[in-house]
Amino acid sequence: MGTMIRKQVKTRTKERDTLLQHVRKEWVLYSFLVVPVLYFLIFKYAPMLGNIIAFRKYRGGPNFLGTEWVGLKYFEMFMKDPTFWRAFRNNLLLSIFYLIIRFPLTLIFALLINELKNIGIKKFVQTVSYLPHFISTVIVAGMVKELLSLNGPVNMLLQQIGLPKLSFISLPEWFPTIYISSGIWQALGWGTILYLAAMTNINTELYEAARIDGANRFKLAWHVTIPGILPTIMTLLILDIGGILGSNFEKILLLYNPLTYETADVISTYVYRIGISGGSFSYATAVGLFEGIIGLILVTTANYVSRRTTKSSLW
Amino acid sequence: MDTSVSYRIFRVFNAIVMLLVVLVTLYPFLYLVAQSFSSEAAIYAGKVSIFPVEFTSATYQLILGKPDFYRYYGNTILYSALGTFIAVFGTAVLAYPLSKERLRLNKFFIPFVLFTMYFSGGLIPNFILISKTLHMRDTMWAIIIPGAISAFNVILMKTFFASLPNEVEEAAKVDGLGGYGVFFRIILPLSKPILATITLFCIVGIWNNWFGPALYLQSKEKWPVALYLRQIIDSTVSTAEVGASAESSAQIAATIKSAAMVLTSLPIICIYPFVQKYFVQGMMIGSVKG
Repeated sequence: MGTMIRKQVKTRTKERDTLLQHVRKEWVLYSFLVVPVLYFLIFKYAPMLGNIIAFRKYRGGPNFLGTEWVGLKYFEMFMKDPTFWRAFRNNLLLSIFYLIIRFPLTLIFALLINELKNIGIKKFVQTVSYLPHFISTVIVAGMVKELLSLNGPVNMLLQQIGLPKLSFISLPEWFPTIYISSGIWQALGWGTILYLAAMTNINTELYEAARIDGANRFKLAWHVTIPGILPTIMTLLILDIGGILGSNFEKILLLYNPLTYETADVISTYVYRIGISGGSFSYATAVGLFEGIIGLILVTTANYVSRRTTKSSLW
Repeated sequence: MDTSVSYRIFRVFNAIVMLLVVLVTLYPFLYLVAQSFSSEAAIYAGKVSIFPVEFTSATYQLILGKPDFYRYYGNTILYSALGTFIAVFGTAVLAYPLSKERLRLNKFFIPFVLFTMYFSGGLIPNFILISKTLHMRDTMWAIIIPGAISAFNVILMKTFFASLPNEVEEAAKVDGLGGYGVFFRIILPLSKPILATITLFCIVGIWNNWFGPALYLQSKEKWPVALYLRQIIDSTVSTAEVGASAESSAQIAATIKSAAMVLTSLPIICIYPFVQKYFVQGMMIGSVKG
């Protein structure tokens, strides 16, 4: 009976319906899409279209598409603005160092968790290390300020080993260290979750075969585990490369201050200050659009290179 | 079983690394809790590390005695509950048809959703659209709606739906359920792990959201607790960049800051271990080929 129905279905789909017939037949499923697609048009695609005010004058009010064309005026303006280039440089440096340090650490941590034999300990380490991911940036920034305050544990330690106390939060040379280390605290555990998920999907026969060939644990990790999770590694790397002009915007906004702009101001905080605080909407949009387009180019390029070299890609 | 010397050395090394990660992860939390239960004098002298010194619960009594605190907390609960319901429902409704390979128009709709992962409107166009065009400024909708459905969550949910056996749906149809009935009565109940995962992500996202409310909510009575917390934490620093006026420029004690941070993150920390089982399962299934 069941096979008969399936046969009928098969023969029916063979003679392909026209698109209209197809939509009519599946209209219940398609009806699910109506509201969400409208939602995407209004809240995701309309703002993309709103980027047009980078080329047009926006005079306030509800017309978010601006009033008259001004060409590349705003782009020329920020290209000549040293503050923009400072934000650009800071952004690149923070993101690249963060990526270079965090990426391998996360992978190593995932491999080490995978080696834990005691299920209870493994669960405990995972539970604890995922936790910071769920903590509000406001609290993370608050913790950083408390830990680094003049009476906080870091300065107490410095005092005990005979070094002078430092007011870390207002020293520009310390900002990258604070940003990167707090970022690793937040992201290390959570970053392993996709690797660990991918590791559980590796065929155990591969391990058996390698073990019979005399591979030790280090070789198993290198020749079986890492190739097994390579698609995941590449996916995450492509996304991270695309986000190199992005940043943990909230955290920087909460941790920086005029004393540390020199190293802490990044593109998104710059956009925020000149756009929202300063009211130069079109100018700020031009800077934001620049960041968005570079991001798109980076992610596309990384995807292309990865598809060519490792055969894994996002699309 | 591998019992070589080098493997044993590795296991000791691994145990030490794990212990260090756990300690470094937990230390800031323990420090905050200890500080919130200690006397101000002990903190000022730098005596507090992970145990309270001169134990007192006065700080908590002070915060919990303020009616303001409950109002902000209530706002956060309202926004999180309502926002999460809308977000999870919307994500499921979108992901379900996208998970059906036989829908030919998905060739268009899936890239339509995915593209928003790689390019977005950016801060200013979003701000103008939401506050000037849609007039959502100073309403809770401005912080609930725009971020409700994310492409990432849709893809997780879509992958999960696609992993459900088709036979279940066929059987339900034979029993006379229509397309909507199948979704509500069969698919959703079968999808608890992924629903729990997305629910947790959404609750956490809204609960912790600070920038959205800072940008859109002017009326103080609509503030979520995250904004109030930021004001407490930064009471000695200029709050001008948030656009909010500082309640007082007087230095707020470290004890109050810590206690407020503990009280704000407590619900998340409490529910998290119970849903962890689900979200690990949900991420596992959702991320395969995700």
